[in-house]
Amino acid sequence: MDTLSTGSLSGAQKEELMDQVKQQIAIANAQELLTKMSEKCFKKCINKPGTALDNSEQKCIAMCMDRYMDAWNLVSRTYSSRIQRERNNM
Amino acid sequence: MSDLSDFASPKGADSELQDFLLAEKQKAQFHAQIHEFNDFCWDKCVDKPGAKLDSRTETCITNCVERFIDVSLLITNRFAQMLEKGGGMH
Repeated sequence: MDTLSTGSLSGAQKEELMDQVKQQIAIANAQELLTKMSEKCFKKCINKPGTALDNSEQKCIAMCMDRYMDAWNLVSRTYSSRIQRERNNM
Repeated sequence: MSDLSDFASPKGADSELQDFLLAEKQKAQFHAQIHEFNDFCWDKCVDKPGAKLDSRTETCITNCVERFIDVSLLITNRFAQMLEKGGGMH
């Protein structure tokens, strides 16, 4: 890891490095969400894959995506407050 | 999410960067955990995705997350006891 000995990085370089790390993590996060959504919503909405996505399937997918986001945010809130509670109990 | 621990403590790196990477690592772990919770609580709680998450589904998801954490705490504690007694691992 010689390339990461950061003693010689200038302030601006360091800032750029941090931005890049943040961006990469954000991309990885979005990809994970996308993969999971596709998998889950395909399972829920496509019973018998036909020659094209019909109208009701497309509507189902759109709704499923929105609900998956809702669920994600709810899980995030629940998990955060649980961590907070566990910390207070320590 | 790849393991960032190799980067979190390079020799001679400045502490600002180390702190930054540690914080980002924790955030990434938090997000990975939410993805995992949402993955199986979705399967357990969501039937047909509707126009919104109904309150029954919301309660189910909240309980699912809370009980999963309960189970992992319980198992962790019990497992530690098992190791202390020296039993169960022959």
